[in-house]
Amino acid sequence: MSANPLLKVSDLSKFYGSRIGCSAVSFDLWPGEVLAVVGESGSGKTTLLNCLSTRLMPSTGCVQYHMRDGEYRDLYRMSEAERRFLMRTDWGFVHQNPADGLRMTVSAGANVGERLMAVGDRHYGRIRQTATEWLERVEISQDRIDDQPRAFSGGMRQRLQIARNLVTSPRLVFMDEPTGGLDVSVQARLLDLVRGLVNDLGLSAIVVTHDLAVARLLSHRMMVMKDGHVIEQGLTDRVLDDPREPYTQLLVSSILQV
Amino acid sequence: MPTPLIVSEVAKSFTMHLRGGLKLPVVANVSFSVASGECVVLGGPSGIGKSSILKMLYGNYAVDSGQILITHADKTIDIASADPRVVLDVRRSALGYVSQFLRTVPRVSALDVVAEPLVARGVAAEEARERAADLLARLNLPRDLWQLPPATFSGGEQQRVNIARGFITDHAILLLDEPTASLDAANRKVVVSMIEAKKAAGVALLGIFHDEEVREAVADRILDVTAFSPRKAAA
Amino acid sequence: MSMPATELAAYNFAYLDEQTKRMIRRAILKAIAIPGYQVPFASREMPMPYGWGTGGVQVTAAILGPQDVLKVIDQGADDTTNAVSIRAFFQKVANVAVTTHTGEATVIQTRHRIPEDTLREGQVLVYQVPIPEPLRFLEPRETETRKMHALEEYGLMHVKLYEDIARHGRIATTYAYPVKVAGRYVMDPSPTPKFDNPKMHRSEALQLFGAGREKRIYAVPPFTDVVSLDFEDHPFEVQSFDKPCALCGARHVYLDEVVLDDRGGRMFVCSDTDYCETRRADGHVGEMLGQSQEAAE
Repeated sequence: MSANPLLKVSDLSKFYGSRIGCSAVSFDLWPGEVLAVVGESGSGKTTLLNCLSTRLMPSTGCVQYHMRDGEYRDLYRMSEAERRFLMRTDWGFVHQNPADGLRMTVSAGANVGERLMAVGDRHYGRIRQTATEWLERVEISQDRIDDQPRAFSGGMRQRLQIARNLVTSPRLVFMDEPTGGLDVSVQARLLDLVRGLVNDLGLSAIVVTHDLAVARLLSHRMMVMKDGHVIEQGLTDRVLDDPREPYTQLLVSSILQV
Repeated sequence: MPTPLIVSEVAKSFTMHLRGGLKLPVVANVSFSVASGECVVLGGPSGIGKSSILKMLYGNYAVDSGQILITHADKTIDIASADPRVVLDVRRSALGYVSQFLRTVPRVSALDVVAEPLVARGVAAEEARERAADLLARLNLPRDLWQLPPATFSGGEQQRVNIARGFITDHAILLLDEPTASLDAANRKVVVSMIEAKKAAGVALLGIFHDEEVREAVADRILDVTAFSPRKAAA
Repeated sequence: MSMPATELAAYNFAYLDEQTKRMIRRAILKAIAIPGYQVPFASREMPMPYGWGTGGVQVTAAILGPQDVLKVIDQGADDTTNAVSIRAFFQKVANVAVTTHTGEATVIQTRHRIPEDTLREGQVLVYQVPIPEPLRFLEPRETETRKMHALEEYGLMHVKLYEDIARHGRIATTYAYPVKVAGRYVMDPSPTPKFDNPKMHRSEALQLFGAGREKRIYAVPPFTDVVSLDFEDHPFEVQSFDKPCALCGARHVYLDEVVLDDRGGRMFVCSDTDYCETRRADGHVGEMLGQSQEAAE
């Protein structure tokens, strides 16, 4: 077991005026660990995700990230250049709507290759080869490499977005309702794919979802949020099989049984 | 003989907030231990809390008080208070669990479901699959099912996949929740011999077996869970 | 500023008022100090429509002095409408000497070409620029492209070249081919053919770029590195032409295609008219000219 957490979050709060976005959130995320943040709309889970991924500045608190050189750096004290570099190399962000995370008017191959070019790869053949391998990994046929994502189905777009994010071997991936707008059968395929990739690559991930089945399948650990507060956290199967808080019990008992 | 599993004064209750905070005591003052090479069987009528005890030991249920001490690689860990990642590590390296029902994952083949605990411990995928195949063959699971996801299997077939998955590792402690419930006589015999092999290898086993024949065959001693019933304690 | 006041009472020298010129010169100085960086400036309304070179005209007006000799070209030609109008404009509002000879000019305003004759120290080349932002077609947000320039995030530029190769098997961008200036800023060289890109590299002349509608000025100071972007396995290369110029026989120059009839007849001639005329005056004869002379005899 690794001795150092990848991310150390302490006392993170975000206020919108007098309204609470999220309040006093603290946790450690360990290498290879998948954390699910669940809660209903407006519970603050997306605010938390945006703060953690530095897309939003928190009102108080700090987040320390374990850089590849072994040092801990406070995310909110980094320069914007460093943060953006981190975001396109060591991190990934999978948006609920693939159009937010993809360039819809450039080919699938270029979508995957962009991060490589951004870190200085200048060999077309190699970039294309890597893109081909990644498309295969996310189960997109090689002959679609020159097609634009506009011509892809929702599930394919989401898989392409995942490939685009993982091509630089990030260590931390943020996911915002990754299966949100997808059909159930497409969801299952995507979840299985993500689960496999996370295992194979040893990724750490923070997955925001309102779908407890997604949390059960993907995550090791879970945080339940309500009104901006983390009300319960623990091992995923513990929280789902033995929920302690009234709200968690309500959530778990609201799952539709098939 | 070392004692890898010690349970001390554990109590557990459920609070049903959706039913006005109704408090349901499950067990209280649970204390026992299981030594290496021993198979302890939990006894008592249904609903007395046998499955709950296994789930607490596995970290699946939280406990109200008490300790669940697991000794592995010269370290003792209290499952009742350990961090999630510590619990996961113990599950990966020392603590196995064969549940009554298999939780299936879409698109993963039966063979890979069985091999997964080994792969998680760093065994090469090919070798893990070979050992998984050996176990599935031993449990008489038809070979043409191996490459299929178990979601559509019958209860007995799923249970055999589940048993193979639980037995594939050399974990020091194995929890068994009615592993033979939906098996025929021949396969029950196979499971009994597999349990015997685990005992011989020095694994500490704790199980629930409703089948009397199997229980007689494997149990070194029977622990009556009625003794831990809080209702009895209150009386 | 001295000028024949009797003739041009209504205008300040070179049309713009002195305060405006000062503002533009400041932008130009800043642009020279940061090669390739797009400096915003308060572009003025000019007596011509946007897209006709209002940016270039403002730059030229701001740097023009009474002693300057002005040359104006449009796609290499001195005699097209745009070139003739702008030349006439400055003759009228600044009363400067004009020329069509590249060697004689001190200021050359150009639309979409760099003259074939190598420019020398002391000359200024003013480009008319329609869209100054090289990242624009890939990233529509100005806030984002500015940030990308500031942080030197130019991966996206290669995405465009990648798309070219993926679609056409080679880098098919033939004009407005992106360059990196002084190892720092990626710049759009305006819609010049990529044939002209190597001429920008370490040029002795000062190169100024004006975009009137987009309100940006940028510059390449003399002797500055200008490198065309490419891939290791798809290096930058310029167009080559199968035949020499049909009129003057010049090779290794940029040629225009001229359709001669409606039966598929065509010829290729120098796009730089001054260069072509000078060569012909020196006695060089191309294939087509030889024929017509024979026919005349």
